[in-house]
Amino acid sequence: MADSSSIKSQWHMTAALAFVCVATLIAAPFFLYPILLAKLLCFALFACAFNLLIGYVGLLSFGHAAFFGIAAYTTAHALKEWGFAAELGLLIGVFVSAVIGFLIGLLAIRRQGIYFSMITLALAQLVYFFCLQAPFTHGEDGIQNVPRGLWFGLIDLNNLSALYYVVATLCVFGYLVIWRVVNSPFGNILKAIRENEPRAISLGYRVQRYKLAAFVISASLAGLAGGLKALVFQLATLNDVSWSLSGEVVLMTLLGGIGTLFGPVVGASLIISLESMLAGSEFPLQIILGLIFIFCVLSFSRGIVGEATRILSRKNSLPNSLR
Amino acid sequence: MDSFLGISYPALFGQLMIGLINGSFYALLSLGLAVIFGMLHVVNFAHGAQYMLGAFFAWFLLNMLGISYWQALLIAPLAVAIFGVLIEKFLLSRLRGKDPIYGLLLTFGLAMTLEGTFQYFYGSSGRTYAVPEGLTGGLHLGFMYLPIYRAWVIVASLLVCAATWYLIEKTKVGMYLRAATEKSLQTQSFGINVPLLITLTYAVGAGLAAFAGVLAAPIYQVGALMGQNMIIVVFAIVVIGGMGSILGAVATAYLLGLVEAITKIYYPQGSSIAVFVVMAVVLMIRPAGLFGKE
Repeated sequence: MADSSSIKSQWHMTAALAFVCVATLIAAPFFLYPILLAKLLCFALFACAFNLLIGYVGLLSFGHAAFFGIAAYTTAHALKEWGFAAELGLLIGVFVSAVIGFLIGLLAIRRQGIYFSMITLALAQLVYFFCLQAPFTHGEDGIQNVPRGLWFGLIDLNNLSALYYVVATLCVFGYLVIWRVVNSPFGNILKAIRENEPRAISLGYRVQRYKLAAFVISASLAGLAGGLKALVFQLATLNDVSWSLSGEVVLMTLLGGIGTLFGPVVGASLIISLESMLAGSEFPLQIILGLIFIFCVLSFSRGIVGEATRILSRKNSLPNSLR
Repeated sequence: MDSFLGISYPALFGQLMIGLINGSFYALLSLGLAVIFGMLHVVNFAHGAQYMLGAFFAWFLLNMLGISYWQALLIAPLAVAIFGVLIEKFLLSRLRGKDPIYGLLLTFGLAMTLEGTFQYFYGSSGRTYAVPEGLTGGLHLGFMYLPIYRAWVIVASLLVCAATWYLIEKTKVGMYLRAATEKSLQTQSFGINVPLLITLTYAVGAGLAAFAGVLAAPIYQVGALMGQNMIIVVFAIVVIGGMGSILGAVATAYLLGLVEAITKIYYPQGSSIAVFVVMAVVLMIRPAGLFGKE
């Protein structure tokens, strides 16, 4: 039982942490290359979207690259071929990934546990083959040289700092959506489904609808991340829909901490940093990622933030909102 | 009439033959997956990598040691099975009692590591493996040309599937195995060494994948990524068939191989997605799968 002073101190802690995060986000481009930072934020949002399912509903989607990739393609196509403004292109990307998410979710929630993972993987592969053959994706070349244009007709996105701040704002928005979902009555029902699905059913909840809603939210936010990625790199390729990317987002979340709000951000930052460190070298990234995977599953399944929370909460000083 | 719905007989039977060949590989792989899943409740994502290992093993044996195909057909599965024992003993056994998701993630990491390693040392391009002596050439059947090696693949796959079925359904070891699958703890209390059975099951499943890999070596190119695309199709087949029965898994695999081939004849662009579309339809109509028991 928490007394009012400890609740108050938790709020102070949360506010302080939020302040530090925002300050870091604002100051970061003065120290690091904005494109790398923007990439990092996109993947952090992608991992957070994925974590909404695995961490709070207990559904392991092995096909999240489908939503990321299809939105990247849609946004890139809308900007380049239709000449849409960036905000509209992103919106369409999110919409398409929400629709695909609805369709895939509808099928996948018909099975549980491990089957759910296999079905999402297989359906994502369907999306991959579609993108491989559809003419508008330009096959192996992908959609290149996507124009960034003006943000709401005002801010030139070819200015990299401006681009970074737009991406950062949208990623923070996505993150807040997830935070709101998780800390809402709806989120509590999702957690109840994760803990004990039959009990949630017997309490009268239409579990399938909740699962589907969570799936669509997660897919849409993954789509936002994908659309932003297309905007940042001016590129959408087959790699964005590939199942190795689906695996990578699982790894980011696992490494950072499944079911923690901040874990996926940490995991994504580490993996993206590792990738950019190894980008020039010959050393194969895949082997390292595979080994991290094995290590995390065997002896680090709480992830970095999960372990940190466990150690800190012994001292009882960490706000609940971060757990 | 020497055509069927606008397709000439040689082309038609040629495609159906390819369907049966693919079906043979799907059958061997989904059989192994189903056996492992039944016993360990682990979806073995490393199955594709183990298939690749089998093919590479055969290639090494032939090109470095001059060991023939027929010996490789025994040695490679055995070696991969031993590797499987190590994986089960040292990695998978530590996850027992945890959420099955972790088994999937662990084997996924394993597949990434193995495939990454082979890609690093041998590149992405495939290597050819000569068709073994005695199985070269083909037969003119009148309506089509039948390469002997391909006929052998179908026969070998059917034989191995039948043998596995016999082992599990008709022998004493199989009886223990089925008992342990149903009620692990109770079986153990009767004095049966269930952990050993679990290890052996994983080894047999991995061995089956390697056997499929050796069979595939002369048909497909031996390359680091040969198992990667196969495994997802096989996952979809397993979802379609349901992992409940061995015969169901094998029958579904051949059926889907043929479906893929028929799609290739009439709508070539759709052949790579045919299996996934069938999976979506089956999920809508019969979520537990064609032979599922849920």
